Amino acid sequence: MAHLMGCCHGEESGGHLMLPRFRPGLRCGGLFLFKGSETEGRADRDGASDTEGKQDVPEVPVPADDTPEVLNKALSGLSSRWKNWWVRGILTLAMISFFFFIIYLGPMVLMMIVLCVQIKCFHEIITIGYSVYHSYHLPWFRTLSWYFLLCVNYFFYGETVTDYFFTLVQREEPLRILSKYHRFISFALYLTGFCMFVLSLVKKHYRLQFYMFGWTHVTLLIIVTQSHLIIHNLFEGMIWFIVPISCVICNDIMAYMFGFFFGRTPLIKLSPKKTWEGFIGGFFATILFGILLSYVMAGYRYFVCPVEFNNDSNSFTVYCEPSELFQLQYYVLPSVLQSTTVRLYPFQIHSIALSSFASIMGPFGGFFASGFKRAFKIKDFANTIPGHGGIMDRFDCQYLMATFVNVYIASFIRGPNPSKVIQQLLALRLDQQLHIFNSLKAHLIEKGLLPAVEEAA
Amino acid sequence: MIETRPKGFVTSPAQDERRRGGEKKPDGDDRLGLVGDAEGECEGDTKANTPDVPPSADNTPEYLNKALEGLSSRWRNWWIRGILSLTMISGFFLIIYLGPVMLIIVVMSVQIKCFQEIITIGYRVYHSYELPWFRTLSWYFLICVNYFFYGETVADYFGALVQREEPLQFLVRYHRFISFALYLAGFCMFVLSLVKKHYRLQFYMFAWTHVTLLIVVTQSHLVIQNLFEGMIWFIVPISIVICNDIMAYLFGFFFGRTPLIKLSPKKTWEGFIGGFFSTVVFSFIFAYLLSQYQYFVCPVEYNSETNRFAVECQPPDLFIQQEYTLPAVVENTIGQKTVHLYPFQIHSVALSSFASLIGPFGGFFASGFKRAFKIKDFADTIPGHGGIMDRFDCQYLMATFTHVYIASFIRGPNPSKVLQQLLVLQPEQQLSIFNTLRSHLRERGILPPAVLEAQ
Repeated sequence: MAHLMGCCHGEESGGHLMLPRFRPGLRCGGLFLFKGSETEGRADRDGASDTEGKQDVPEVPVPADDTPEVLNKALSGLSSRWKNWWVRGILTLAMISFFFFIIYLGPMVLMMIVLCVQIKCFHEIITIGYSVYHSYHLPWFRTLSWYFLLCVNYFFYGETVTDYFFTLVQREEPLRILSKYHRFISFALYLTGFCMFVLSLVKKHYRLQFYMFGWTHVTLLIIVTQSHLIIHNLFEGMIWFIVPISCVICNDIMAYMFGFFFGRTPLIKLSPKKTWEGFIGGFFATILFGILLSYVMAGYRYFVCPVEFNNDSNSFTVYCEPSELFQLQYYVLPSVLQSTTVRLYPFQIHSIALSSFASIMGPFGGFFASGFKRAFKIKDFANTIPGHGGIMDRFDCQYLMATFVNVYIASFIRGPNPSKVIQQLLALRLDQQLHIFNSLKAHLIEKGLLPAVEEAA
Repeated sequence: MIETRPKGFVTSPAQDERRRGGEKKPDGDDRLGLVGDAEGECEGDTKANTPDVPPSADNTPEYLNKALEGLSSRWRNWWIRGILSLTMISGFFLIIYLGPVMLIIVVMSVQIKCFQEIITIGYRVYHSYELPWFRTLSWYFLICVNYFFYGETVADYFGALVQREEPLQFLVRYHRFISFALYLAGFCMFVLSLVKKHYRLQFYMFAWTHVTLLIVVTQSHLVIQNLFEGMIWFIVPISIVICNDIMAYLFGFFFGRTPLIKLSPKKTWEGFIGGFFSTVVFSFIFAYLLSQYQYFVCPVEYNSETNRFAVECQPPDLFIQQEYTLPAVVENTIGQKTVHLYPFQIHSVALSSFASLIGPFGGFFASGFKRAFKIKDFADTIPGHGGIMDRFDCQYLMATFTHVYIASFIRGPNPSKVLQQLLVLQPEQQLSIFNTLRSHLRERGILPPAVLEAQ
């Protein structure tokens, strides 16, 4: 964090980052080397990021090199260009292996990881806000921001828990009360934070405080809601968690590779290192990758079954009869491809939609983050991962993807959740239940699912 | 730089007096302490960056000016505010009389006006008038979010109508996807519209728009959902907030002595406490009056045959008088053992307590906001009162509270929505739910036991 504090202070004097030699993997060697290869668009040449007058912008001190010692020693022989490449490559492989490892560990660990990532991203963005607005000396603000994070998380986890852990909740009395009055409790907690904010307004700092309040809320909106959508996707089946994330990662890497080797035409002024060749090559490569990965994963129950909480064993289980989506079916290819039939999982068709979104819209999330970093004159969100920047740098494209997957599932894959419907049914008044019972019976008889023999009801 | 009134207008003495901050006397303009910011008081940046606000124009209509020109300026302001208050309250009763559709339209208009006021302030603060995309994008996002929320509401309440019309069915089924696609289009347009020298401004406006949408649009939809529960859930909270405003002002005017909070120096503890008690009493009486009429009490339903809204029903338990036993100490004073009350009156006490105790925080928030951005009022729409947002700042918290209160304490899920969800499930799921429900109802004795049923 040290370089972040050093480089961005105040609205008028953002840290403007010059050629930082020690950011591994990106800047050294200049534009010609990495033209078209920059997947993050973090190149901020002099004229590229400028919102106030030049005279307001002090020079940023060269950031420290925080590559771990071990890597430095191992790569001490190579030239600096390849050293950066190697550092980035090694870290990428490390992150991908870590991803597979936690998939192996199961849904519980995944949820915790999602929560940790969320907290870290929130921390990074709030820290940027503090640095931009010099609000470190307003002591309430860190407390209030974290408090709001806690409130919103409490609200969302409560909504999730009530849905998926329904039987467990009904069993335990305190949990039942908490879930029945959940919205009221969450609202009361939020209101407390709101009142504390109003009471903490200090005469000379009104505007700063309102800015931080707004900043906190927008950050919560972006990060917390979408991390909960990720968890919803996870509960649908781990494949809905793994495939989208992998598609985005693959798109990043493939666009980088294609750009590196073939890049020529710039894509957008905002990220001068992205090229059309990288974009289009990444698009096709990601679709192919999505189809292959879904083929591999759809065969395993572990990935395909909805995650359920087993009351007896008090743990998560993934055991079920795979739904139609994950059963091989025959598709007839159009005649231009020799009219053969292929056996595909229907899910692979959906994966094409998912990977198209990841390739086409995902980069917009990256451009948004690039624009944000240029607007506030920062180079990376933080320094957490050597060679890559902060956690938020890695996850900026993922957030749009998570929302899309959730909306996609809700619209095209599944209907309402049956256990939730039962829960709502049992909460109604008895005469309303009877009314619904009769309507449902009439409907089922009409559809032929129930025998038409009427009972005296 | 932050000017809320157009330049070049002649100011009246009343306006100047207001501007110079007659802080000690209880100004007619300033019944809630929202005004009166002498230069040193509101400070978000350094003094050097903040130009003085030019004196504002007087936009009181001509006829009012003529009618009141005999009075001194202090009483004149009092009268203007009073007349406008009465006008607004009568307007409120008129639209209640006109029915639910009118109310929805009015809520919608208020929402759009509040949004416009706040966005205009943002533009002025950030000098972003020269970024042409921004007004378009802000309004586009407003339309998207409204589309999303209205779609969710319509699908719930107009279930029968939706089932009938094929295009509506399609829109409802893929509603979330369509809303998301529309939002994404706006997001991409924002990203493509980023201009090199104005990144930070553009991000600020983006965030400003979103926070405004969060505050204004979500809560106006909560207001509409409250309305569908029964018009009493719409009328009583709003009236309570208005009453609290007026009562706190009056108590402060006559008895005010101890300042309440530094943020609004004109609010006093006497006003606060007096307002609290009088609001509770007012709501108690008002709830009693309104609970007798079906028009207010019944949930608003859409009648598919007549294609109109109907408010006709058997009044729920909440609105049927019940006997309550008074505690002994009250019994001795009044001489009655039991009293007939509507249960809703008990709930109205909770609502009015909230309005009196927490509602003012919404006002403080708006005060702080205006001081932070060095504006006097949100806009100039209502003479003597400021903008629409000035009048509605306390209402937003109240609407959310009412909605949460209803959801937690009054009603369970909406039966028609549950039925609608049921009918969308897979047949096997429907069958299993049917069996679960049947055994549940049998257990409760609502259905006869399964003795002779042919399975």
